[in-house]
Amino acid sequence: MTKGCKIHGIDSQRRSFLKTSLGAATVMIAPGIMLFDTAHGQTQPASSKVRWGMLIDTAQCKPGCNDCVTACNRENGLSGGTKPTDSQWIRKVELKDKGKGRELSLPMMCQHCSHPPCVDVCPTNASFKRADGIVLVDKHRCIGCRYCMMACPYKARSLVHEPLHDQNPDVPRGKGTVEACTFCVHRVDNGQQPACAEACPNKAILFGDLNDLESEIARKIRSVASAQVRADLGLDTGIRYQGL
Amino acid sequence: MLRARSPLAYLQGMSRGSLRRALQLDLLVTVPVRVIAAFVIFVLFMASPVFAATNTPKPDIGKGGQCVKETQWMRVNHMHLLKHQRDEVVRKGIRDEKLSLKNCIECHASTKDDSVIARSDSFCVACHHYEAVKIDCFECHSGIRKSAWLQRNAK
Repeated sequence: MTKGCKIHGIDSQRRSFLKTSLGAATVMIAPGIMLFDTAHGQTQPASSKVRWGMLIDTAQCKPGCNDCVTACNRENGLSGGTKPTDSQWIRKVELKDKGKGRELSLPMMCQHCSHPPCVDVCPTNASFKRADGIVLVDKHRCIGCRYCMMACPYKARSLVHEPLHDQNPDVPRGKGTVEACTFCVHRVDNGQQPACAEACPNKAILFGDLNDLESEIARKIRSVASAQVRADLGLDTGIRYQGL
Repeated sequence: MLRARSPLAYLQGMSRGSLRRALQLDLLVTVPVRVIAAFVIFVLFMASPVFAATNTPKPDIGKGGQCVKETQWMRVNHMHLLKHQRDEVVRKGIRDEKLSLKNCIECHASTKDDSVIARSDSFCVACHHYEAVKIDCFECHSGIRKSAWLQRNAK
């Protein structure tokens, strides 16, 4: 009898000890497991259910403001020069309707077409469209032939003419390869906005998933009139302009 | 009558005295003992770990620590990992940071200058120079640890 009580006492003690140590272990290990998961980045491929795009509100884009261009240059390590041999991923374009005198200012960059002519002409498959609609150059394959630059109706692409140093570790760029706006793919994959959209002081650049009916950009495209540049080419651009 | 004979049969057919003379003539007389001894010592030295240690590159491994695979495997196969990884990232968007070049640099950039390419004993340069294998990774990619790059380019 007494023996049984003693064992029972030890058992309950042991049980409570195990419970507390298990609890402590969970508290210790759980954040580690969560950190481990996040530290290993995006292990899922880009989804074809997503179509990244932009809606640019020309009424909000101010003439003379260059903030999106400088933000792009800083993020991607561009020199900011405008010579024919300097890389320009995004340009400010000033338009004037001579008849009515209406003036417009808007940013112009790679339009991330769903039928991109640059991809059609690339002889090495370096120019490609990712599953989520972002048109990129795989610089491991690019031979610098510049067919894509000639094919692009938007003059969006540039060739790197000079050797580069001290690139952003997230944005590899090098001499002899063609490059263009990447929608800041390294930021987008990280859940951030492209640098230009984030930098715009008037929030004229709205970035989001065109395929997600609930997204802000999709709702706005349903409710306001927007246009694609050179829609007649049937390229189905990812960048839409409001008030063009 | 002349008959073709093998060298072994030729030696077997000789008397003991002439055999000794032939061998002495071939080995000991024309090649002195000292030369043979020097040659043996030279071969032993070339094969010894001491010689290997004087000549192999000693890269600055930076922080080092636990690699994604064991060291010997990485020495032979790191380029396959990197090449596989680059296509996954660029073309499919699978950013598995564990196998990324950035992660290599994070651990192996020198603790002195935060780079894998800056000096002749930097992590990538030391072996690639020794093996005479030219890499063009760093014509586009940054060889600097991200945190150090951010510090340098903070505006």
